Amino acid sequence: MNRYSAFSLLRNALSGNRHWSEAWRKPEPKRSYDVVIIGGGGHGLATAFYLAENHGVRNVAVLEKGYVGGGNVGRNTTIVRSNYMLDGATQFYEYSMQLWEELSAALGYNVMFSQRGQLVLAHSVDQLDYFSRKANIMRLNGIDADILTIDEVRRMAPYLDLSPEARFPVYGGIFQGRAGTARHDAVAWGFAHAADRHGVDIIENCEVTGFAFENGRAVGVETRSGTIGAGRIGMAVAGHTTELGRKADLELPIESHVLQAFVTEPIKPLVHQVIAYGADHFYISQSDKGGLVFGGGLDGYNSYAQRGNLGVVREVSEAAIALMPNISRLRLLRHWGGVVDMTPDAAPIISKTPVKGLYLNGGWCYGGFKATPASGWCFAQLLAEDIVPALARPFYLDRFRTGALLDEAGAGPYAWRQ
Amino acid sequence: MLAITCPNCGERNSNEFRYGGDASIVRPSHEDPSEEAWFRYVYIRDNPKGPHREYWQHVGGCRGWLIIERNTSNHVVLGVRRAGECR
Ligand SMILES: Cc1cc2nc3c(=O)[nH]c(=O)nc-3n(C[C@H](O)[C@H](O)[C@H](O)COP(=O)(O)OP(=O)(O)OC[C@H]3O[C@@H](n4cnc5c(N)ncnc54)[C@H](O)[C@@H]3O)c2cc1C
Ligand SMILES: [Zn+2]
Repeated sequence: MNRYSAFSLLRNALSGNRHWSEAWRKPEPKRSYDVVIIGGGGHGLATAFYLAENHGVRNVAVLEKGYVGGGNVGRNTTIVRSNYMLDGATQFYEYSMQLWEELSAALGYNVMFSQRGQLVLAHSVDQLDYFSRKANIMRLNGIDADILTIDEVRRMAPYLDLSPEARFPVYGGIFQGRAGTARHDAVAWGFAHAADRHGVDIIENCEVTGFAFENGRAVGVETRSGTIGAGRIGMAVAGHTTELGRKADLELPIESHVLQAFVTEPIKPLVHQVIAYGADHFYISQSDKGGLVFGGGLDGYNSYAQRGNLGVVREVSEAAIALMPNISRLRLLRHWGGVVDMTPDAAPIISKTPVKGLYLNGGWCYGGFKATPASGWCFAQLLAEDIVPALARPFYLDRFRTGALLDEAGAGPYAWRQ
Repeated sequence: MLAITCPNCGERNSNEFRYGGDASIVRPSHEDPSEEAWFRYVYIRDNPKGPHREYWQHVGGCRGWLIIERNTSNHVVLGVRRAGECR
């Protein structure tokens, strides 16, 4: 198996790059494993890696219906930040940020984590007040946050329409310098590669269609190649959480919705940070290839179609041009959609379930990419020790019963409005 | 694009309509003291991949509330009725 290094680059370059071995094996599934993880997205693969790395649990399989990186981990807009305000979320996302900062080294794989900073614009005095409160909470938790005046915003992003005549004039913003982006495919591939090196079996084209039960306990999963036994089973299937959960009679507070993303033709460097519009659904960054990568809000009705509606293309483009008139004549190269599992408070679920032996990681909504390392870290501990780590305790499934919701946006219990 | 045929206005673009969520959910009676019933009403959703009955309001037209049956995997509209006529 490859270990990537400057030396291996040189050696393979000299031999014409014809002798690279695969980044992970393609094993046949064994009859049973200590832990079976369903879903080879970012969260499933990260869980497998940390199971082996942190807990020495190496008899692990990740079963993926399609191919590694074909789900949301390869469809997102790659933004990583830790500017959350509610207790529980604040600390969790900051822990994830700290894992990101060491991730390439931990995996032996360059995930191209780029801490270019994220700026969220304020379009009223009240919004700036709200951002100040958020920045104070972040700083009290040891997280970097700065409030910028309009002049500071202008110095950072002079191409924005910051005139008083703008559709929604800008008053300032909140900036997190440690926020940024990572190469999303590399995150999937890096976790897969590192988990594989620890002996984890990554099995692609292997959909889980049901569970095997013994005395009410889930003891295995049904696949096309038969039943695979499991000491413990972790679900990390993103937009398909309820479809799979139904097979174990789980009743869940989740709706599946489609979120779109867009990329323009490449241009010279223009957008040096991640910029988020505070008046409408629009945020943007520039990829290393030069394309402007941007996104907006959900299409807004339950959907399992991995493609979006044109109405949202128009809405997001309108917001884009209101803030950045200079990009109005750029052409869109591609746009695509991903199916995300929306919870009624837009916070995730890392939890035991009413079914013994079955554990749930889901409900990541539109913001789970940044959570990938911390989610895997916590879910691995839950699967290894049957203990919910303190960091993940706020994300228990029963919070919807007890009322301990984490509704960061204050949007109320309507998944599609979150 | 999703086209919706409103019983009052005819075929229109979906962006004239506002989504109102799962229409199969029944509100418990006001006297119902069961926490379980209210919890399920507010939070638990079936979320099927396939036919789904859902509320839409024609905000950019007659402003009537409709119940639409739509396949969530391909957006084919299977039926549209006025919400008041469904119970
Ligand atoms: C357009 C878009 C933009 C986004 N932008 C951001 C962003 O900028 N920042 C951010 O933090 N987050 C963002 N997100 C959210 C983020 O991508 C998701 O929250 C996160 O990727 C979900 O976790 P995952 O990587 O494990 O999901 P996935 O990669 O979707 O993994 C789930 C896997 O489970 C597999 N699966 C499903 N059912 C089965 C089954 N029965 N058996 C076996 N396998 C199965 C699927 O094939 C899939 O590969 C965005 C999402 C989208 C769609
Ligand atoms: Zn109408």
